[in-house]
Amino acid sequence: MTFTEIKELLIQKFGPDIIEAEETQGLQPALVIKKDHIVEVCLMLRDNENTWFDFLSNLSGVDYGVEAQKFGVVYHLSSILKKHQLVLKVYQQNDRDEQNLPVFKSVTSIWKTADWHEREAFDLLGIYFEGHPDLRRILLPDDWEGYPLRKDYKTAEQYHNIKIDM
Amino acid sequence: MKYTEALERYQHKINSVSSEEMVLNLGPQHPSTHGVLRLELITDGEVVKEVIPHLGYLHRCFEKHAEALNYSQIIPFTDRMDYMASMNNNHAFVMGVEKMLGIEDKIPKRVEYIRVLVCELNRIASHLIAIGTYGIDIGAFTPFLWCFRDREHIMNMLEWTSGARMLYNYIWIGGLFYDVPVGFEERCVEFVKYFKPKMKELNELLTENQIFISRTANVGVLPLDVAINYGCSGPMLRGSGLKYDLRREDEYSVYPELDFEIPYAKGEIGTVGDCWNRYKVRIDEIAESLKIIEQCAIKLQHEHKRTPDFDPRALVPKKVVPKQQDFYCRAENPKGEIGFYFIADGKSDKPFRVKSRGPSFNNLSVISEISKGVLIADLVAIIGSIDIVLGEVDR
Repeated sequence: MTFTEIKELLIQKFGPDIIEAEETQGLQPALVIKKDHIVEVCLMLRDNENTWFDFLSNLSGVDYGVEAQKFGVVYHLSSILKKHQLVLKVYQQNDRDEQNLPVFKSVTSIWKTADWHEREAFDLLGIYFEGHPDLRRILLPDDWEGYPLRKDYKTAEQYHNIKIDM
Repeated sequence: MKYTEALERYQHKINSVSSEEMVLNLGPQHPSTHGVLRLELITDGEVVKEVIPHLGYLHRCFEKHAEALNYSQIIPFTDRMDYMASMNNNHAFVMGVEKMLGIEDKIPKRVEYIRVLVCELNRIASHLIAIGTYGIDIGAFTPFLWCFRDREHIMNMLEWTSGARMLYNYIWIGGLFYDVPVGFEERCVEFVKYFKPKMKELNELLTENQIFISRTANVGVLPLDVAINYGCSGPMLRGSGLKYDLRREDEYSVYPELDFEIPYAKGEIGTVGDCWNRYKVRIDEIAESLKIIEQCAIKLQHEHKRTPDFDPRALVPKKVVPKQQDFYCRAENPKGEIGFYFIADGKSDKPFRVKSRGPSFNNLSVISEISKGVLIADLVAIIGSIDIVLGEVDR
């Protein structure tokens, strides 16, 4: 299925409001989905016999910078059977307060791949995934403070009395 | 607190194991975990009830570093991801940047053939490590030495080409570091001739060995639907019986011009999806890679042979500034689908964000699923059959 056909299918199933925007300037066009509906959209895309996106290639959390005050999650879906690919995005505005992390819905129930990828996004970018079964830090120690992949991250001076040299 | 809830739940689980259960740490310093992987096992006697993997002991902030470096400077960092197959990582990364720049069609055929040639050599080297260390996990010492002996030939050849033994930085955006040295193609042909009988010996020693079969067949069965759902790729996915290889799916580089098969598990011994079948896929892939090497060497000697004015750096851009876009590039690494997700802001020669999808990271995530209720000794066999590289799991 082509990008436009998938878009039409989504509009037909969920109404035109489900797609917030379209990003078509690059080589891989992307659909920006309303963030609260990402789970339904993904479930439909996986189980529909025409789309059949059974493989989640990649899930990346993105910090769009201090001025933008925006966080996002990018899903790269691919279908082994139908041999097509799709990019989905969700965005959320956030004031970068570490007590108030950006919240997205978890797609772990659809693809288990998302489990570790979402943990990684939580660990490094501080994106909280609602409905994730085990959202702990994955690469950094459990007691690490801050989210290093954020654009405004300041390196900690020490960790357990070990000096961190830059 | 909402953000630490899962951590508390995990700590509670570990602290409240019942009296007949025991929490056992396997790693991070344990030879069977192939690096610094730590597995926390909840065991009942010798039976593993639950596996909780702990990663991050080799985390080197690849993605953070990448945001501060320009595209060509990131290539050496990709070397250090899957350090068993650095060429393949270079290739995937470079391909992504070239597609973003729109120069992928202008790359000379000779450069592409050299890229494929060195990638396939590296694929064999990586599989040899996987097979050799797997043997030693199971208790077979000799195959390990044999594999390292033959891998040494490949290491020497790649050192001759690039100057480095493991971390090459050989494939550049738009070209190569250097052309291959004079006589390299002949040496590849010689190597293939030398190596084919060695593989036969290895098969007799390990693949068809009754002890090896009884340790690996029907152990750690990974059904195909689970493999797909967990994002397993490469020999893990093909070991579960699916004929799926990105070299054929995406037809990148010069792979469409080459003749090779995609090996997948057929379950000659054991069940499709078990440790033996995953191992067998790697053995078969070595044979296919040898075929590719032979074809590349012939092409490089005739159709695309060395000319005095050939410059592999002719297309290397002075400054890499892709247009504003995001791009996900995927390729087939020895361990599976390696992917790089770039966000370019269109202004600078540094990426705004690079996310790497390591095949080992996804392949490893399935371990808790397939090792419920196995014996501890079988768990070692399962870890070995996944063939992880911690450099890439932790990045």
